[in-house]
Amino acid sequence: MAFIPHTEADVAAMLATIGVAGIEDLFDEIPADLRVKSLAGVPPELNEMQIGRLMTERARADGAPLAFIGAGAYEHHIPAAVWAISTRGEFYSAYTPYQAEASQGTLQLIYEFQTMIARLTGMEVANASMYDGASATAEAALMAVRANRKSKSARILVPTTLHPHYRRVAVTTAANQGLKFEELPYCTAEGVTPSASLARYDGQDITALVIQQPNFFGRLEDVDALTDWAHARAILVIAVVNPTSLALLKPPGEWGTRGADIAVGEGQPLGVPLCSGGPYFGFMTTRMEYVRQMPGRIVGRTLDTAGRAGFALTLQAREQHIRRAKATSNICTNQGLLVTAATIYMSLMGARGLARTAAAAHARTRELVAGLTRVPGVHLAFSGPYFHEAVLQLDRPVAPVLKSLSNRGILGGLDLSGYFPELGDALLVCATETKTSADIDRYRAGLSEVMQAARAA
Amino acid sequence: MSTVPADLKYTRSHEWVRTLADGTVAVGITDHAQHALGDLVFVEVPEAGRAVKAGEPCAVVESVKAASDVYAPLAGEVTAGNPKLKEKPETLNTDPYGEGWLMRLKPAPGALTGAALLSAADYQKVLEAEGG
Amino acid sequence: MPVPEKLIFEYSHAGRGASDQWPHDPGPAALAELPLTLRRARPPELPEVGELEAVRHFTRLSQLNFSIDTHFYPLGSCTMKYNPKACNQYAMLPEFLARHPLAPESHGQGVLACLYELQEMLKEVTGMQGVALSPMAGAHGEFAGVAMIRAYHRARGDLERNEIIVPEAAHGTNPATATMCGCVVREIPVDRLGDVDLAALQAAVGPSTAGIMLTNPSTLGVFERRIGEVARIVHQAGGLLYYDGANLNAILGKVRPGDMGFDVIHVNLHKTFSTPHGGGGPGAGAVGVGARLAPFLPIPLVGKDGERYRWLTEADVPQSIGRLSAFMGNTGVLLRAYIYMRMLGREGMQRVGEYATLNANYLLARLQAAGFDAAYPQRRASHEFIVTLKRQARELNVTAMDFAKRLLDYGFHAPTTYFPLLVPECLLIEPTETESKDVLDAFVSAMSQIRKEAEQEPARVTSAPHTMPVRRLDDVRAARQLDLTWKPTAQS
Ligand SMILES: Cc1ncc(COP(=O)(O)O)c(C=O)c1O
Repeated sequence: MAFIPHTEADVAAMLATIGVAGIEDLFDEIPADLRVKSLAGVPPELNEMQIGRLMTERARADGAPLAFIGAGAYEHHIPAAVWAISTRGEFYSAYTPYQAEASQGTLQLIYEFQTMIARLTGMEVANASMYDGASATAEAALMAVRANRKSKSARILVPTTLHPHYRRVAVTTAANQGLKFEELPYCTAEGVTPSASLARYDGQDITALVIQQPNFFGRLEDVDALTDWAHARAILVIAVVNPTSLALLKPPGEWGTRGADIAVGEGQPLGVPLCSGGPYFGFMTTRMEYVRQMPGRIVGRTLDTAGRAGFALTLQAREQHIRRAKATSNICTNQGLLVTAATIYMSLMGARGLARTAAAAHARTRELVAGLTRVPGVHLAFSGPYFHEAVLQLDRPVAPVLKSLSNRGILGGLDLSGYFPELGDALLVCATETKTSADIDRYRAGLSEVMQAARAA
Repeated sequence: MSTVPADLKYTRSHEWVRTLADGTVAVGITDHAQHALGDLVFVEVPEAGRAVKAGEPCAVVESVKAASDVYAPLAGEVTAGNPKLKEKPETLNTDPYGEGWLMRLKPAPGALTGAALLSAADYQKVLEAEGG
Repeated sequence: MPVPEKLIFEYSHAGRGASDQWPHDPGPAALAELPLTLRRARPPELPEVGELEAVRHFTRLSQLNFSIDTHFYPLGSCTMKYNPKACNQYAMLPEFLARHPLAPESHGQGVLACLYELQEMLKEVTGMQGVALSPMAGAHGEFAGVAMIRAYHRARGDLERNEIIVPEAAHGTNPATATMCGCVVREIPVDRLGDVDLAALQAAVGPSTAGIMLTNPSTLGVFERRIGEVARIVHQAGGLLYYDGANLNAILGKVRPGDMGFDVIHVNLHKTFSTPHGGGGPGAGAVGVGARLAPFLPIPLVGKDGERYRWLTEADVPQSIGRLSAFMGNTGVLLRAYIYMRMLGREGMQRVGEYATLNANYLLARLQAAGFDAAYPQRRASHEFIVTLKRQARELNVTAMDFAKRLLDYGFHAPTTYFPLLVPECLLIEPTETESKDVLDAFVSAMSQIRKEAEQEPARVTSAPHTMPVRRLDDVRAARQLDLTWKPTAQS
């Protein structure tokens, strides 16, 4: 029987011990009219060889195209050791570390993770993960409402240049609690949020300002000016950052004069495969003064009864299992295994390896932009610096171009027309260190042919 | 057996009230309450100047296994929160009726006489009824 | 006894690094256009270690853990069953791992087929009309479910319904979810036999009732026998019924929440469908709904047009509560659950509920025979049950926590302790169907042995564990003197 070790003799002995004649008798408290007759909609069982065959066929059907899509999920090299260790049963098949003495491995690893993420973001404390970057952003908005006691409005300013899915997740997650997300316009020539556009909020009660760096277009926002503007008005700053970029870019803890108040982001670039969108993990950091408003698990170092250092979940009175309806969040299960992978990844990369990864990815994106903008009818949409992702403007609709490219096994980027119609025929592209010059040339040549054919047609 | 000083007034939700010479009152949680919570690790007290209604949650006491709101026993204005508790929450365990006070309140007009506070004997009965 | 392991930072040496894992340095010219004012002044202080050092460190850390692969893990409410290796291996095929979430559907027919069929199988086993897979854990599914309940009432112009009823023994995520959805929580008691107090329920429902959140079997490890009556009371009052699927393992293939009258359910795929817990996650909290709530399901869903699979988004589900994740939830977890369900098949699915229940009732019978007290002795155990050590605590001064810690020394992970809070000194024990009789017998012996120790040398139990990498940890110190990130100066 699949995954059930019982022999017939076991079953007989067990039933005798319980004092019933058959397994069915164990369900005698369930009203008879509720009992399932059959599960016709579930196919018959497959053995391991059969499911292996089926899954291999399904995987092949997805193919292995050459992809130049970023938009919040990035293809980076993952050292072999990362998943070789993360999938060890002792990490893979353990529960949340409630029994600290039997979970020191996971607990110490999370403590190391919190330390690394705090250092990477330049913030004081980190939690043990949220579901993903989008849900972390939503939770950061809720947290800001708790933390900013001077503000009563629950109004959160959100730049249009924030990942559009993040904004939608924030609305879904927080609207029922009365949070209002107000969109800040961006400059369509430069693709950034001008600090001048904030003037209309002067004198109003605003709870928090979200700033994504690099923003959804890959452009770099003037984070210092935006942060200082907010802090001068007692508005909390929520940074949404890409962890790879932080090897090179100013960390949120150093934005403006005082630094961001909460910093979150998508952890996927740190050793997590793309896998159609998950599992990834969100990271979340803040100042020590707001730690009690932070959602999620937190690990602390303490002493055991023999005076030796050890690790345990702490500040649990914030959480649902203790504070129930008054908890900071309902989150319970988080994304622990991905945190394991990310901690191993950050250890293997170190600051130098991560900086090289960031620089190499950026260099490839520049090479890609340089190559693609040589194609007639293609130019860079925005002036000004970007980081490892950029928006191109085409002289014709993007969708058919992408379709032709995908028929050639090239995924050419994300069509922005549905998200940002005001940008016309805009395409978000990304290359990372995993791409070679030959890959980039293949894309350029393919695009050139497709554009030419389209023009001829 | 927890102590219940005879000279204080109490609430059913385990707060105590002491009238001070200047007409303000000190508020804290009872020995029974601190015992039930266990070792306190964090206490949040209200800021001076805050107006509170009777029964309004106005402080939080937290141990490793529980967190609990403290309710204002009567309406008034907070004149001080105990600044010591931020650094030393354990004071609430060691001296709940003294150094472990949570806040001082200036009662709203008539609030002190109007509040439905319990005598020590009545509070003792509440504890007995709860099995404590 | 395992030895403690240094922190990774303490292995660090300036200039060391696993450079074979790094890309080539493109040189400073690549960064020339990045303004210095936006650049980082000092590199982040990440560890500088070689590959072998990192591999040893993290391998050693893993060895400090208990896990299903190494230990019996009867953590009640958590369904710690075996995580088949095939589920991991075939979910990690290179094409699945490499697929970008925004890749076109033409390069995703394989993964979409799996997700579509997973939706269909979940509908069948839960008795629901529609399923969405994007919620990333049980609590996230709860959020989706209660948000749908609210959206449903709102769409009918029924704006006053903002109360969620939960039994007092409910899991903490239930009331916390209600709050996240902007609702007010009303707790109702359960009776002496563990069933919902119907009179209290009747008194609690009314024009502001949005719904009730229940799990059945309940967190007390017994089946709510009057579920039909509960459903009638709540529905008559205009509320909806939410099923917390944490305990679905008990009834898988035997009873379907949809047939019990539930309008919405989340399924913890990381419990019933055996995806790994990963030391805290990831999970997947797929939601299922009856016809009334189907228009509100979170996006994206997977649809099928002829032989082609495609994402369904706002255009297809205009009344959706919206997005809950940046992309498609925890797809890799969904693939693992899919593989597991296909391997079980129709027949295997029914065996899950049967053998989970057999194991729990057997373990309970043996523990009772060994002199331990069931919290609900008049009741049949479901897939889990509660033992109360109230008597031992009173007579021997040894608590449930002491038993839990001492079990670790015997090589068993502790059951869930002090949840539900309703039962004093409780151990919530869930053996799952994947454990053999031998393991259950060994667990009974350990429990009996510990009780004997408690009688003869209680200090051995109250000071346990003795064989773990650390002794009992000082939680109070952890919370008072917060040490949440390592600082070289704070080195102890
Ligand atoms: C009864 C019950 N409900 C809800 C949950 C929450 O599920 P998750 O941890 O996946 O968010 C759990 C799991 O811990 C549970 O046991």
